[in-house]
Amino acid sequence: MMLEGRHIGVRYGAHVAVEDVSMTAQPGEVLALLGANGSGKSSLLRALAQVQAYSGTITWDGAAAPTGSVGYMPQDNAARVALTAFEVVLLGRMRSLALRVGSRDLQAAQSAMEEIGVADLAPRRIGELSGGQRQMVLMAQVLAAGPRVLLLDEPTSALDIAHQLHVLDLLRTATRQRGLTTIAVLHDLNAAARFADRVALMHRGRLVGIGAPDAILRSTLLQPAFDVHVAVDHGSDGHPVVLPLRAVRP
Amino acid sequence: MSAEAGTAIAAWRRANARRTILVGVTGILLVASFAVDVATGPAMLSIQAVLRSLLGIGGDPMLDAIVRTLRLPIALMAVVVGAALGISGAVMQTILNNPLASSYTLGISAGAGFGAALAITIGAALPVPEAWAIPLAAFAFAAIACALVGSVGRMRGATPELLVLAGIACLFLFQALLSLLQFLASPEALQQIVFWLFGSLLRASMGKVGIVALVLCIAVPPLLADAWRLTALKLGDDRAKALGVRVDRLRLRAFVIVSLLTGAAVAFVGTIGFIGLVAPHIARMLVGEDQRHLLPASAVFGALLLSAASVVSKLIMPGTVFPIGIITALIGVPFFGWLILSTGRVR
Repeated sequence: MMLEGRHIGVRYGAHVAVEDVSMTAQPGEVLALLGANGSGKSSLLRALAQVQAYSGTITWDGAAAPTGSVGYMPQDNAARVALTAFEVVLLGRMRSLALRVGSRDLQAAQSAMEEIGVADLAPRRIGELSGGQRQMVLMAQVLAAGPRVLLLDEPTSALDIAHQLHVLDLLRTATRQRGLTTIAVLHDLNAAARFADRVALMHRGRLVGIGAPDAILRSTLLQPAFDVHVAVDHGSDGHPVVLPLRAVRP
Repeated sequence: MSAEAGTAIAAWRRANARRTILVGVTGILLVASFAVDVATGPAMLSIQAVLRSLLGIGGDPMLDAIVRTLRLPIALMAVVVGAALGISGAVMQTILNNPLASSYTLGISAGAGFGAALAITIGAALPVPEAWAIPLAAFAFAAIACALVGSVGRMRGATPELLVLAGIACLFLFQALLSLLQFLASPEALQQIVFWLFGSLLRASMGKVGIVALVLCIAVPPLLADAWRLTALKLGDDRAKALGVRVDRLRLRAFVIVSLLTGAAVAFVGTIGFIGLVAPHIARMLVGEDQRHLLPASAVFGALLLSAASVVSKLIMPGTVFPIGIITALIGVPFFGWLILSTGRVR
């Protein structure tokens, strides 16, 4: 789905978290949202997911999207629930779940778990899992709904590097093959450089740049956004590689 | 479909079958406890005699009178009230995302207590007979307490924090009003108020049992229809919203339903504590958080606990019926202590 956001603003009381952000995202593309802590990435994502009141307009293919096609994954908060991993994934099928669970929902939950590679965790209680395992289960929940849009808040923050690569690879493949519109908040600039088609950089609630990783991941933009001196090089595969050097202010 | 994927669904089906069996076994225990409850009393009856009388093949009018008129309403009341409190507690804990919530937390029971005390105090002036005036007033004030908390939720968004704060304010309000009534009441009325607050099944009649059962039958279907949405609430509001759950509406809807359920149960038997707290916890440990299993399990455990407490209340001091509210609290307090010490695990 084609996303078009115009003049999006989010405020919590007097605090302005997101201010006048206009952006677009295309089907089949991964857009990474980057920025320092508190720069408004998560708030913007929550507004896009319609779980947060906002000002401005957000349209999907020209219309306010039916929430059914949007898969939103907030940061992990499901640590202490007495549900099995399978039940958590099954909840992704909320729109069609009835008292008696249909086989289509069961199959969808199962294949989503397989796709992510967590089918073996199915009977375990979600609270017993490690943070990384839980994150992959929650990702399976989002995929189980068969969404056309993925809005992911730090989907790989708890994963080891192997699983990070696996999940990000999978996201990019799924995005291309199924024509999804994927927007992910990422903290790892180099992962963003490798896996995102475009990156959006936020600073103090405003969008300071959006475009190809090459165009945005530059020291002139990164230094003020993160308050850190960086060196930017290019890896053997041509993607930018960002090397943090030292904080601007100690 | 790979073999591994097949086992994920199969394992879930097995877990569900196990949960159903657990609830079934508890149901059998409940039937046993119910039979013992009917058999227990100043005249101890054999289970066979009780069964014969219940089935109408006893042929002993004296025995029939004891079983059907005296003991059956009380034993049935224990079952329906226990089930109602169990379900209310489970739903409250879910919508408030708080393992220590029960129908007490949000002042519903305090409202009922004040209503009953008010009816007792002005007693003779009421147009209805006292046996119905007290439960009616108790229910009316439980509903008022529910309306107070619910309207705050409607105005400011029904977050768990806000509901708990409004509920606790409501609790203190009605407790203060109750204290005021107790201060003003005549010694006779005061004694009656205190006895009502203890909680007792002795006021039961088949008509009252029927009313609580009816409210239970009305309340349960909409809760079960919301079962998956309630389960999703446990994953946090953002995630539930993203799954398409209108969390504020769901919370208010469920809150009103269980408040009325609690009001109806408490109105007839007084404030019986801890069933609504304990039963959902036991149920959750055994069947997990899937509300399709948790709600029936909480109902069955609540009914079993109150039925067993009813038996204990008759055995503890032969010849008298100990106030059941005291028994449930005495069982509940050690559990509460354990709960506090291990909240991290059970939540």
